[in-house]
Amino acid sequence: MATESNLAHDDTPDTGKRDFLYIATAAVGAVGVAGVAWPIINQMNPDASVLALASVEYDMSKIETGSAVTIKWRGTPVFVRNRTQKEIDEARAVPMDQLKDPERDQDRVKPGHDNWLVMIALCTHLGCIPVGESGDYGGWLCPCHGSQYDTSGRIRKGPAPKNLVVPPYKFLTDTKIQIG
Amino acid sequence: MINLKTIFAATVLGFGLAGAAIAQESAATEDDTITKQHWSFAGPFGTFDQNQLQRGFQVFKEVCSNCHSAHLLAFRNLAEPGGPSFSAAQVKALAASYEIEDPTADGGKRPGLASDNWPSPFATEQDARDANGGALPPDMSVLAKARSVEDKFPNWLFNYFTTYAEGGPDYIHALMNGYEDPAPADFQLPEGKHYNKYFPGHAIGMPPPLSDGQVQYVAGADGATVPLTVDQYSKDVGAFLMWMAEPHLDSNKAAGFRVLTFLILFAVLMWLVKQRLWRKVEH
Amino acid sequence: MSSHESTYVPSHPVAKWIEDRLPVMGFAKSTLIDYPTPKNLNYWWTFGGILAFMLGVQIVTGIVLAMHYTPNAALAFDSVEAIKRDVNGGRLIQAVHSTGASMFFFAVYIHIFRGLYFGSYKAPREILWILGVIIYLLMMATAFMGYVLPWGQMSFWAAAVITNIFAAIPVIGDPILQLLRGGFAVDNPTLNRFFSLHYLLPFIIAAVVVLHIWALHVPGNNNPIGVEVKDKRDTVPFHPFYTMKDLFAIVVFCIPFAWFAFFAPDIFGHADNYIMANPLVTPPHIVPEWYFLPFYAILRAIDFNFIIDSKLLGVIFFGGSILILFFVPWLDTSKVRSGTFRPAFKWFYWLFVVNFLLLMWYGAQEPALQVIGPFTVADVSKLSVVYYFAYFIVILPLLGRFEKPRPLPNSISESVLSKPAPATT
Repeated sequence: MATESNLAHDDTPDTGKRDFLYIATAAVGAVGVAGVAWPIINQMNPDASVLALASVEYDMSKIETGSAVTIKWRGTPVFVRNRTQKEIDEARAVPMDQLKDPERDQDRVKPGHDNWLVMIALCTHLGCIPVGESGDYGGWLCPCHGSQYDTSGRIRKGPAPKNLVVPPYKFLTDTKIQIG
Repeated sequence: MINLKTIFAATVLGFGLAGAAIAQESAATEDDTITKQHWSFAGPFGTFDQNQLQRGFQVFKEVCSNCHSAHLLAFRNLAEPGGPSFSAAQVKALAASYEIEDPTADGGKRPGLASDNWPSPFATEQDARDANGGALPPDMSVLAKARSVEDKFPNWLFNYFTTYAEGGPDYIHALMNGYEDPAPADFQLPEGKHYNKYFPGHAIGMPPPLSDGQVQYVAGADGATVPLTVDQYSKDVGAFLMWMAEPHLDSNKAAGFRVLTFLILFAVLMWLVKQRLWRKVEH
Repeated sequence: MSSHESTYVPSHPVAKWIEDRLPVMGFAKSTLIDYPTPKNLNYWWTFGGILAFMLGVQIVTGIVLAMHYTPNAALAFDSVEAIKRDVNGGRLIQAVHSTGASMFFFAVYIHIFRGLYFGSYKAPREILWILGVIIYLLMMATAFMGYVLPWGQMSFWAAAVITNIFAAIPVIGDPILQLLRGGFAVDNPTLNRFFSLHYLLPFIIAAVVVLHIWALHVPGNNNPIGVEVKDKRDTVPFHPFYTMKDLFAIVVFCIPFAWFAFFAPDIFGHADNYIMANPLVTPPHIVPEWYFLPFYAILRAIDFNFIIDSKLLGVIFFGGSILILFFVPWLDTSKVRSGTFRPAFKWFYWLFVVNFLLLMWYGAQEPALQVIGPFTVADVSKLSVVYYFAYFIVILPLLGRFEKPRPLPNSISESVLSKPAPATT
């Protein structure tokens, strides 16, 4: 009985009402599609067991002056170094204009805890783990492409563009830090 | 057209035949039918009772976890919403009171963290068996969903409408209250076993784990107390085990309510759209 | 798809340029929009669209789950639990996938039984029907292998029992069994290959679904009166009439689906599957998922030797009960398609439906359970098996000869107009 043409003709009088119904239904449908899409995307975000490890606490009381440990935080290695006074002095004596990525040593440590250097242990060039107490500057030397860092973990020589990254951390006590 | 009456008649006929069968069967059942309890988390609108979960956790911690592992439970879960909801500080302190095996730590052990999973009371399955007369205490992580109550026909049909999923806690509650000592005279109880009328086969390796007054509950914030009885303990631990097996139950049901509301609204709109389109078509 | 010419006229030069080289828009328009569809289809016909939707749901949720699942005998169980506990929204996605399997089968059974009632398998739709049976077989394989993946007790023993079916084949049975399992028993290699195939098969299903729709579009839809479309007055364009009607049906279908997925995600499952697989302990009462129960009942009903041993005989009946569907187009000799106009057929059909439900119930019971007097499930299920096969082999061929069908309407339009007028026009 009904072909497309006579349908369209018959419906002309109440077009406004019809449009409202169609638009409302399409809008509700769009909400539904979005509501389904979000969980499907969100499931790829880090899960609860990963987030539970987003911040770690570390007791540094066993790290002697002049030594460092590597700990794991969010799946990446982090250097925690108890620096000697000599290392601190060396780092602070460097003029800013000699630095590729100028940053004061004071800004890379927490005030009152100048001996503690906490850095993500990945070379800012291509992500290898630098070797400590080596290189021309007594800091770190990356074995992959020869980037050299000083005793503040700042890039001094080689292809790396940036200083070693200081992660967000805070002192809970004098010897205990929380990273992340 | 398929006549609705025909379908109805056929269905009634079918179930009638099967129903006749069950009448026979149920006559033979013994006195070991499990009584279903009232659970706060039953039904589409049910939610866990936080106080009950905290009490149940106390029973689990002080009694069950001496022999049973729960390797899927993480300390952090105890602070998550929809669960016992302890504070983050409480959970941190609780975790720190346990020693966790960690090959990277000094001496292979370190205090627990909130991110750690509940440590097992025995190092290996064999240790667990040796300590328990050869019987292995099952892991409790999903135990509440690994046990069930068998419903007779046609009762299970209603479960699809009531969303009955509390067979596990019902069984656990019944088991805790099902010990009989001495065992019935006609029952041959093996050495080292205990008689429980709800345990399949009745001879259970686990001695009665709970007794009245065994766990001292702290009064709630409002000073309310619950009886210190096996019945109450087993309800509380049943609820806790259900939460441990289904930790997101509350939020899932809340999401379900929103989704169903949406679907019903959308269905009504789609019906109107469909009616409007088809109004001019003879069909 | 090939039978009707496209009416698509691209207006934009770019669209025309593309259309000249790859006429995909014209193809879409002729198959999804213009496709002339009988205007008297009832709601039983919406299950085709519902099934396409369910296939999409299962593929999308399945791909998501595979991002978190570990197919390893030692880790699989815990990885599924990790999905439920830790992955964002993981419990819901997993619940949609597992209850989705049940909803999928529920819909496919309605689709199949609709075809059986309205004679949708009859010429010229035999290949359409055969492709459907192939899809159903693929679905069974996919669902079975998916059920194994959580590696609970039911998963493990289902894998053990079902692979054992192949051992019934004479001579080559045992080598085939080892080949399927990748070992002497169900173990890690079995789990790994089931995961691989469970991921693959849905895409093969999707490909066969394309053929199924192709084969549908050549002769066009069957309809409740089973009288072929005569002219344009019998049809409406697929869009918007059936797109909107199907969409409405899909939304309604989602209501019970969501009810189960959100409020009772384990209601179709079995408690024993929350115990990790243990090759040394068989659960006291193994049953397959509900959608396999009728066939499981047929397998179990054959507990006697007859020329060949009972195991092989059971497997032959089990396989035959599904394979016989391939031959239905030629077993049914009636010239009339729709059951509506076949007074005797109706009775046998509904008895077949009841019998199928009974088989489903038998499949879930202990064989030794006494049903009527001294007769057990094992006894009475034999009757059901006999009726199941008799329906196809005896009743359908004979009914076509002896039944006197009611007079058919001349056309769809005529049948529609003879109905009482709808309340609102």
